[in-house]
Amino acid sequence: MIATKIIPDFSQPAHIDQVGIEERASRFTKRSIKNETKLNGLKLALNMIDLTTLEGKDTDGKVRQLCYKALHLHDAYPGLPTVAAICVYPSMVNVAKKALGDSGVKVAAVATAFPSGQAPRDVKIRDTKFAVQQGADEIDMVISRGKFLQGEYNFVFDEIATIKEACGDARLKVILETGELVTYDKVRKASDIAMYAGADFIKTSTGKISPAATMPVTLVMLEAIRDFYYKTGKRIAMKPAGGISKSKLALHYLVMLNEVLGEEWMNNHWFRFGASSLANDILMQLMKQRTGVYQSANYFSID
Amino acid sequence: MATKKSNTIKLKFDSARNLSPAPESKSAAKINPQYDLFINGRFEKPLSKKYFATINPANEEKLSEVAEAGNADVNKAVNAARSAYDKTWKKMPGKERAKYIYRIARMIQERAREFAVIETLDGGKPIRESRDFDVPTAANHFFYYAGWADKLEYAFPNRMTQPLGVAGQIIPWNFPLLMAAWKIAPALATGNTVVLKPAETTPLTALKLAEIIQEADLPPGVVNIITGAGATGAAIVNHPDINKIAFTGSTDVGKIIQRAIAGTAKKATLELGGKAANIIFDDAPLDQAVEGVINGIFFNQGHVCCAGSRLYVQESVFKEVVRKLKDRMETLIVGDPLDKNTDIGAINSRQQLNTINDYIKIGQKEGAEMFQSSGNLPRKGFFCKPTIFTNVAQSNRIAQEEIFGPVLAIQSFRTDDEVIEKANNTPFGLSAGVWTDKGSKIFNMTTKLRAGVVWANTFNKFDPTSPFGGYKESGYGREGGLHGLGAYVELV
Repeated sequence: MIATKIIPDFSQPAHIDQVGIEERASRFTKRSIKNETKLNGLKLALNMIDLTTLEGKDTDGKVRQLCYKALHLHDAYPGLPTVAAICVYPSMVNVAKKALGDSGVKVAAVATAFPSGQAPRDVKIRDTKFAVQQGADEIDMVISRGKFLQGEYNFVFDEIATIKEACGDARLKVILETGELVTYDKVRKASDIAMYAGADFIKTSTGKISPAATMPVTLVMLEAIRDFYYKTGKRIAMKPAGGISKSKLALHYLVMLNEVLGEEWMNNHWFRFGASSLANDILMQLMKQRTGVYQSANYFSID
Repeated sequence: MATKKSNTIKLKFDSARNLSPAPESKSAAKINPQYDLFINGRFEKPLSKKYFATINPANEEKLSEVAEAGNADVNKAVNAARSAYDKTWKKMPGKERAKYIYRIARMIQERAREFAVIETLDGGKPIRESRDFDVPTAANHFFYYAGWADKLEYAFPNRMTQPLGVAGQIIPWNFPLLMAAWKIAPALATGNTVVLKPAETTPLTALKLAEIIQEADLPPGVVNIITGAGATGAAIVNHPDINKIAFTGSTDVGKIIQRAIAGTAKKATLELGGKAANIIFDDAPLDQAVEGVINGIFFNQGHVCCAGSRLYVQESVFKEVVRKLKDRMETLIVGDPLDKNTDIGAINSRQQLNTINDYIKIGQKEGAEMFQSSGNLPRKGFFCKPTIFTNVAQSNRIAQEEIFGPVLAIQSFRTDDEVIEKANNTPFGLSAGVWTDKGSKIFNMTTKLRAGVVWANTFNKFDPTSPFGGYKESGYGREGGLHGLGAYVELV
């Protein structure tokens, strides 16, 4: 029997109602997360973080420092989980890989001419292959938003499929940069294209464009993942990135994840937060849960 | 990765339903052990000497007892309203009336938490709804109509308005405070005085409102709030000195009222039952439509006269919509109404729970296929799982009769004309919903659907500025907005 892959017609419009999706997203924020649910949620959120440094001024030392943080989030609180991954530029993969050793914390590299994606395809492929050769477990690529907005969906699809091939065993995160796509219809369409083209993750943003991740945008993408799962039986992971810096907001995202995709997605294989300052806010909340009082920011390490 | 067959795929939502308890504190709610009748600005012992209990439907415990107004009490209340009308209220300039109504609105806002907790305790609705919907919307109605009180000449250009006199107002148990606001605010703004009777299962927030009215120093007798059951309502309807009846409730009682006032000079507005069609076309934003269906039928346990209790889905997206609906139902939390995470609270009374359960049995007996969400119901109190029926025939009783509970009947359709015909094929005509991305289709549908309110790409949205009311056996007259003023004035 020949397995045929059914790919939808991406020229058809996607139907997302702006008022409706924003109203639904705000309803998750009405859930009141207390006691045990809160404690479990905070630890889970911590364990889902892709601790990120993506700056022109990144150095080996800075990346190593971040890796130590990943492994020792707050030594005053024994038994804490580690973060899920460290997210760096391809040139830093080697350093991060060495620093993390066999800790199980993954190394993710942004590739394909991150963050703009404005480079020829062969450059993007080289960029990806370099990162994989350096030992990256995960590749965060950006889509060509210009081509997408021009309506050249096949170009975008083929590019993702090509990069997926270049990834080998590394898991591919496809960054839609939703802040540049603007409408929810377009976010949905880009999500569908990415998943059918072979994405392992779909990710909201680079963090370089505002707005980055929002709850309604993430909801559109989670619903796309759910519909794709029902159609193909294949699970796709989700990564909102940028703008999630408070524990309370992270808990709202987890409520949303739990109510859209269910408990099988509630782990760091299927969900990540792309964030750098979220970790310390969660640590502060965890210490508050344990000791009953808030500690000042000075008690938590800045790396 | 091995791909599963899509018909075996099922998402798991147990952990989404099992959150740590997050109960709202009861300490904000001061409930007296006994309440008297609010007549002529004072709480007075009933001449009937009778009291009856009101319970919390979530645990069947007694909350308080309230007076049962007999004929003599009704007479006393109507006399108080008449005297207040003649001596003060009808002569008072609109801008002075407005001050009182604004004051009531502000005091509801100030005591919003107390109202929300009592509404939830007495009626069983989730605190999320009483806090975010019932109480703020009630305050908004007072604010809105306060604004009209001194502008009636602009509401009806080139006409003079005269108040009708004493309004007898009888309200239901599904939105106790909000319905009191819907009724009292326009009556006061137009210069009428009021005798209001809340439902016997949910009298407490109306009595709290009476306390506010007393504190607001409204002239005695302008608003009288008396409690009791059907007999008290009948005494109000039949009292010869009442000029207008405003009733919200069942179609059966609406018919009795119409018979009772036939041949009298009493005016009436009746807001009765409904069996709204919610229609999903294949070009609709499906996830938002499903959310609209959830809000349409499970809001307030389905105790909503305009609830979207009949769902029509275009055949090409039928399976997908039902699947999405079932997944969404699995994430609804049914339980303690005071818990801030509860989506579906307690059914208002044992009697109503029995009615709903009877209809669920009837639906199964008539051959429809039932689906209820997983999870357990609390042992005590009156609870019902969210329920949907597929394979429903248009002739099934669950598709024809108002159930007034969290029960949805789903059918499919092929064309626009077919669904218009089916949607209108009911004795009711209160509300309807249309879901499509195509603007022209919305306008075509809204002009052909025989319903007082038609929502497009949303459902169960209310605003004081928007009129509300029905066609056919859903009643007549409009409440809310400019139209709501018209129901309380004589134009000369």
